[in-house]
Amino acid sequence: MTDQSQPSTTRRGFIKAGLATGGAIAAGGAAGAAEPDPLITEIQPWAQGLGDGVDAVPYGLPIEYESDVVRRNVPWLTADVISSINFTPIHALDGTITPQGCAFERHHSGAIELRKEDYRLMINGLVDTPLVFTYEDLERFPRESHVYFCECAANTGMEWAGAQLNGAQFTHGMIHNMEYTGVPLRTLLEEAGVQPEGKWIFVEGADASSNGRSMPLEKAMDDVLVAFKANGEALRKEHGYPVRLVVPGWEGNMWIKWLRRVEVTTQAIESREETSKYTDTLADGTSRKWTWVMDAKSVITSPSPQSPIKHGPGPLVITGLAWSGRGAIERVDVSTDGGKTWQTARLAQPGQPMALSRFYLDIDWDGSEMLLQSRAMDSTGYVQPTKAQLREVRGLNSIYHNNCIQTWWVKESGEAENVEVS
Amino acid sequence: SPALAEKFGLGRPALPEEIAAWNLDVAPDGTGLPEGSGTVADGEMLFSENCAVCHGEFAEGVDNWPKLAGGEGTLANDDPVKTVGSYWPYLSTVFDYVHRSMPFGGAQTLSADEVYAITAYILYSNFLVDDDFELSRENFLEVELPNAGGFIVDDRAETEYPQFSQAPCMTDCKDTVEITMRAAVLDVTPEEESADAVAEKEAIKQAA
Repeated sequence: MTDQSQPSTTRRGFIKAGLATGGAIAAGGAAGAAEPDPLITEIQPWAQGLGDGVDAVPYGLPIEYESDVVRRNVPWLTADVISSINFTPIHALDGTITPQGCAFERHHSGAIELRKEDYRLMINGLVDTPLVFTYEDLERFPRESHVYFCECAANTGMEWAGAQLNGAQFTHGMIHNMEYTGVPLRTLLEEAGVQPEGKWIFVEGADASSNGRSMPLEKAMDDVLVAFKANGEALRKEHGYPVRLVVPGWEGNMWIKWLRRVEVTTQAIESREETSKYTDTLADGTSRKWTWVMDAKSVITSPSPQSPIKHGPGPLVITGLAWSGRGAIERVDVSTDGGKTWQTARLAQPGQPMALSRFYLDIDWDGSEMLLQSRAMDSTGYVQPTKAQLREVRGLNSIYHNNCIQTWWVKESGEAENVEVS
Repeated sequence: SPALAEKFGLGRPALPEEIAAWNLDVAPDGTGLPEGSGTVADGEMLFSENCAVCHGEFAEGVDNWPKLAGGEGTLANDDPVKTVGSYWPYLSTVFDYVHRSMPFGGAQTLSADEVYAITAYILYSNFLVDDDFELSRENFLEVELPNAGGFIVDDRAETEYPQFSQAPCMTDCKDTVEITMRAAVLDVTPEEESADAVAEKEAIKQAA
């Protein structure tokens, strides 16, 4: 009996299904089938035998046919894989919530293993009482849950000088969007008692890199979360287990993982991650510092270089993501002609502040070339700029904060390519 | 705002030894610097033993590992070389980062004196001090790095937000559209690399 559900049997069925689909395309899509479809007329093994028992997989992974929906890295970007980056497969996802298992990683000294039992959070500096919390302590404070995007400051950074990496995963995949549960940092700071001279906080992780960053006290007291759950479960090891900082709308580097210390200070520490890195050099050689907010941005995730059109002309779903660190996405426009004309896409849901929004534009594709672009607008009235507009202000060497409009050249074959247009 | 708030009585007071163990950060005005000192000569030896395998004997960088010296006057170039000497604003950051996070893979193994010495050697490698220089907590603030004045606070609210907050064009926005650059021509996704990509790679490497 159980033989019926063995992978070999299922795979045979899958191959048959593939052949049948190919035949359908050859026959002309919606036109009538020339022959009865064996996937319908023949009893398939999954309709006859049995599937897996409920004890087969205590914690499941995606089905094998989705094995391409994984994090990818680009080896030449960094000197090693420890202080490095990988990319979320946004080209293959829909909706807004990023599955944690394929949500991008960025470490400076690797993903460390820190047990809850070994976890300590210290609050020190300009406070009435410096405090130490255990993980259990944190779970006893009143909680909040919110959905926010975490975008690496370097997302799209490889594209400053031109079209370089061929796929939305690589050009825009240093991002994830999760529902976080945790304690407002404000609550913990009030527990310690912030003194009037306190103007900044310095936050650092338990890993060797520490990733220390300075943040104005106003932000810390506003919406920053000390989070221990993401998308319903504990944080993944690589995302800061057991506790990370969630800093809504601000560059991902400030979302300190494995958070171990919050120090209230009079001044910014000007740590390595806010001087040498995460500063943005302008054309005249001066550099912006403290560019915390991630501006409004969008990308079409399909069609895209890794998600070509395979079905030929006719109905086509154009979809993508939009987000802003300064508020909610209010509108996304899509162009199919490289920005000559635009039409307003449909948001799957009303935009939420500092969270990913999903947009759709349903068109009837005539099979000709397209230059696809999307343009996000947020609740402040800010309109996502072109790369030319950004270069005019910043030059080519600011590395971070590239929120330009992306162009995909969709060819008659349905393949798509990352291009720049005039 | 930090108003009076209900306290929950959770957590416990941190002990001085605990704060001392974790509170290692050093601010630009020297706040947080420990007692100690170190010479360029000691730093050269320590650097050779602990750092040179990645950063080079002269802090010039090996392969893809970060350069700590050089690149003076390149920040407005097409390919700026950003090092302690050419780019970093504050010496405090050098001490702080080396002390807490270096050597890569063996962090927090250097004593305060050793970090003073290595910091002195990095200054020497950038031609900012002589070979008989000794760095200490007392003279630390006398050193000013060349690019100390090279940073401005985020000014997007003035330089970008007004011009990027205009009502967008919807129709007849431009007469022609030409493809000016193609990723497939560059062909570096994800592993392959062409000569054209080397310059960009250098820029991104600095982001790491």
